Amino acid sequence: MKKKSLYLQIGIIVVALIALFFMNIYMDNYKIKILNLSAIYVVLALGMNLINGFTGLFSLGHAGFMAVGAYTVALLTMPLETKTMNFYMKPMVPFLLNLNMPFIFALLAGGIMAAIFGFLIGAPVLKLTDDYLAIATLGFSEIIRIIIINIQSVTNGSLGLKGIPQLTTGNMSEKLSWLIKIPIRTNLLWAWGIAILTMVFMKVLMNGSYGKAFKAIREDEIAARSMGINLFKHKVMSFTIGSFLAGIGGGLLAVHLGTIDPALFKFALTFNILLIVVLGGMGNINGTAISAVIITVAMEVLRFLDEPLKLGFTTTRALPGLRMVVFSLALMIIVIFKREGFVKSTLEKVRGKYAKN
Amino acid sequence: MLKINDMTMKFGGVVAVNKFSANIENGQIVGLIGPNGAGKTTVFNVVTGVYKPTEGNVEFNPNETGYVISGLRPDKIAKLGVCRTFQNIRLFKELSVLDNVFIGSHLRLKSNLLSSIFKLPSYNNEERQMYEKARYLLEKVGLYEERNEKAFSLPYGKQRRLEIARALATDPKLLLLDEPAAGMNPQETQDLMGFIGNIKEEFDLTIFLIEHHMEVVMGICERIFVLDHGIMIAEGNPQEIQSDERVIEAYLGVE
Amino acid sequence: MNMSIQEFLQHMTNGISLGSLYALIAIGYTMVYGILRLINFAHGDIFMLGVYITFYGIGFTPIPWYIIFLLAPILTGLLGLLLEKLAYKPLRESPRITILISAIGASFLLQNLGILVFGGRPKAFPTPAVLGRILNIGGVSVATVNFIIPIVTIILLFGLNFFILKTKTGMAMRALSKDYEAASLMGININGIISITFFIGSLLAAMGGIMWGVKYPQIIPHMGVMPGLKCFIAAVIGGIGNITGAVLGGFILGLGEILLIAFLPSLTGYRDAFAFILLIIILLVRPTGLMGEKIAEKV
Repeated sequence: MKKKSLYLQIGIIVVALIALFFMNIYMDNYKIKILNLSAIYVVLALGMNLINGFTGLFSLGHAGFMAVGAYTVALLTMPLETKTMNFYMKPMVPFLLNLNMPFIFALLAGGIMAAIFGFLIGAPVLKLTDDYLAIATLGFSEIIRIIIINIQSVTNGSLGLKGIPQLTTGNMSEKLSWLIKIPIRTNLLWAWGIAILTMVFMKVLMNGSYGKAFKAIREDEIAARSMGINLFKHKVMSFTIGSFLAGIGGGLLAVHLGTIDPALFKFALTFNILLIVVLGGMGNINGTAISAVIITVAMEVLRFLDEPLKLGFTTTRALPGLRMVVFSLALMIIVIFKREGFVKSTLEKVRGKYAKN
Repeated sequence: MLKINDMTMKFGGVVAVNKFSANIENGQIVGLIGPNGAGKTTVFNVVTGVYKPTEGNVEFNPNETGYVISGLRPDKIAKLGVCRTFQNIRLFKELSVLDNVFIGSHLRLKSNLLSSIFKLPSYNNEERQMYEKARYLLEKVGLYEERNEKAFSLPYGKQRRLEIARALATDPKLLLLDEPAAGMNPQETQDLMGFIGNIKEEFDLTIFLIEHHMEVVMGICERIFVLDHGIMIAEGNPQEIQSDERVIEAYLGVE
Repeated sequence: MNMSIQEFLQHMTNGISLGSLYALIAIGYTMVYGILRLINFAHGDIFMLGVYITFYGIGFTPIPWYIIFLLAPILTGLLGLLLEKLAYKPLRESPRITILISAIGASFLLQNLGILVFGGRPKAFPTPAVLGRILNIGGVSVATVNFIIPIVTIILLFGLNFFILKTKTGMAMRALSKDYEAASLMGININGIISITFFIGSLLAAMGGIMWGVKYPQIIPHMGVMPGLKCFIAAVIGGIGNITGAVLGGFILGLGEILLIAFLPSLTGYRDAFAFILLIIILLVRPTGLMGEKIAEKV
């Protein structure tokens, strides 16, 4: 029984990877960009869900940790010329100027840097509960952002970084040129590969003893510590892993966009991820992944709301802000009317039907 | 096994427990009784580290060497071998019955986080043993059939038994039961008494329990402490307690 | 540190007037938290609505500005009340995280409605000429508004204090924040009291907002975010749930911020971080704030 579901899952993953490979070849650039962004949001939302949904800590600091990851990856992958071009206002610290490494190591470094920040911030802050924790993490996220604005010789301040090297299908195209013609564009396998890896990681973690201890803390802190669970240690663990994932997601985002600046990592970014987590269901892995794709696609598709609409002969006025009005309303409606998370309850319904047959 | 020395617990100006002393010997079943609001659960909360006593201390000596445990964090005390159940049931409601007991043994896990993530053999071994133990304990308390249900869906009496199973999973030497028979019918109460004696023998426990059902206390406790308004008014074996005038007064409210 | 007495006094007046504004907004947070144990994330956006209502009232109606200055806060108060009814009341029995998420949603909704309705570009707040004048007292030049702000704040605080201590509704409000369950059993009209709390909190925020607009005349739909966060921090510093504490916290934050950049100009870039760092220090050293009471946990 257990083996069977394991094989099933491996099968799904293999099929998904093959599908991604072909999507990479046949879909247009715009769609690939959206799909790539979805994968990044899967990683980010899972990180937040670990902290907020599984461990029951209410953290609003995701954007700050993403910024740490994004800047680390950007600074470690940008070639020397791009760096000097970027830092025209204030020269860059020489040590960083020449530091360069392959993407995968840079990404890991980004995750680890974010995890270190998460650990250092979590250690004092995780003694707080509920709303105090929320506001303190939000505060730290803002502090990180403000620091990034101010250390110009490292981060280029509010000017941001431009020209972060992208992950394209270039290499793959060259190697497989004998077999198939692959257009050079964003390589979906990177982001999605990491997203799938993150999902597997989360499942393993949450089914293990530590993951269950996290859930116990969410359910009842007093009972959990009376059963010998060191609350603080486990909260810091969960928070640090969540920050690591935020850093990885942030790094992927930096590469995806090619351009980052401090304004990107405002609270609004945390809000988007929170929206995904709430829609997908707190403490639900598959739900989060599905919801990340839905929200990302919807955010893009609904961009037309902000722009002028052509209706027959007349054109309506541009309505900037309408898109986010729709999303904030959606969030409120979900929490007010569907406490469980929309995707989670739908998944359960589908499964219920499936099980009956 | 457990020695409480002149323990006083104050909340602001209110004295919940006043200079309470007790000595519990290895292998005993000891009862703590008293009217509502007498401070019984406060004693448990101090012993398990939820509160730090205002004065006095608590010593725990599972073998020859004893150490002061009052003031330690609850999880440390649990690791030393003191575990409890709660008066107002505190299960991990949304988790399965099996997981509730499984989590009970998490404190004995030796593998670290990384070996659990990479599923190293050492971790897998430990995990398998934890599940085996959890299943065994569930069989013991008669909840094996319900192992995959969520804890909150169990009826009240079964939830109490699940709490005991979860506490046993922590490998305690001293088990504190806060009103284990609350809400049970006479038949269930009878079963519970047999069950407590049974686990005491099998797991080599010392048991300290709070109970309002007098037949339970009188039936299984070797010694009994009586608290009233935070003060210990009597101590002795069931016969002595039953004939103690101050106890009768406290319970009947004779002026 | 070469600072003349004049300059120092100028910074002080500036800090006191900013502190007064923070205090007015912080009261709304603290009152709501006292009763519902909820961080009303949308409070800063209610403040923004107050400013925009005043803006449109002055610019697009023939009503004189001083009447608008009284009407706009009342209207804002009603909007605050409506917000509670729609976004928070249905969730009163839910876990705190749920209602907090709804509050965050409400905040984003109001901001983006602001962009949609008022436009995303900054607008110039129409400052009445009387308030914009610069006074010169013994070498200290101060805008009139910086004098008026503390005075209005003190009058409002006295009014609020009277209301809470002397009226029946005020007493019910205090009872509700002391012990929610007991108060509801005593037959206090909980919904009524909560509505009044939101009304007063939003009204004060709008009052603060109008004066903010006069002091810093550039207004945008996101203008409520930073003051909102900072004033929540002010409330926490003072001890959340405690009105005097909120006022104290507001002044500490306002004065601290202004004096920090006055004395250490090199830290100007970190101005917004100051509040957060202060918050974290307070939470770690004295989580209940300067004037808050300790709450024992129930097992």
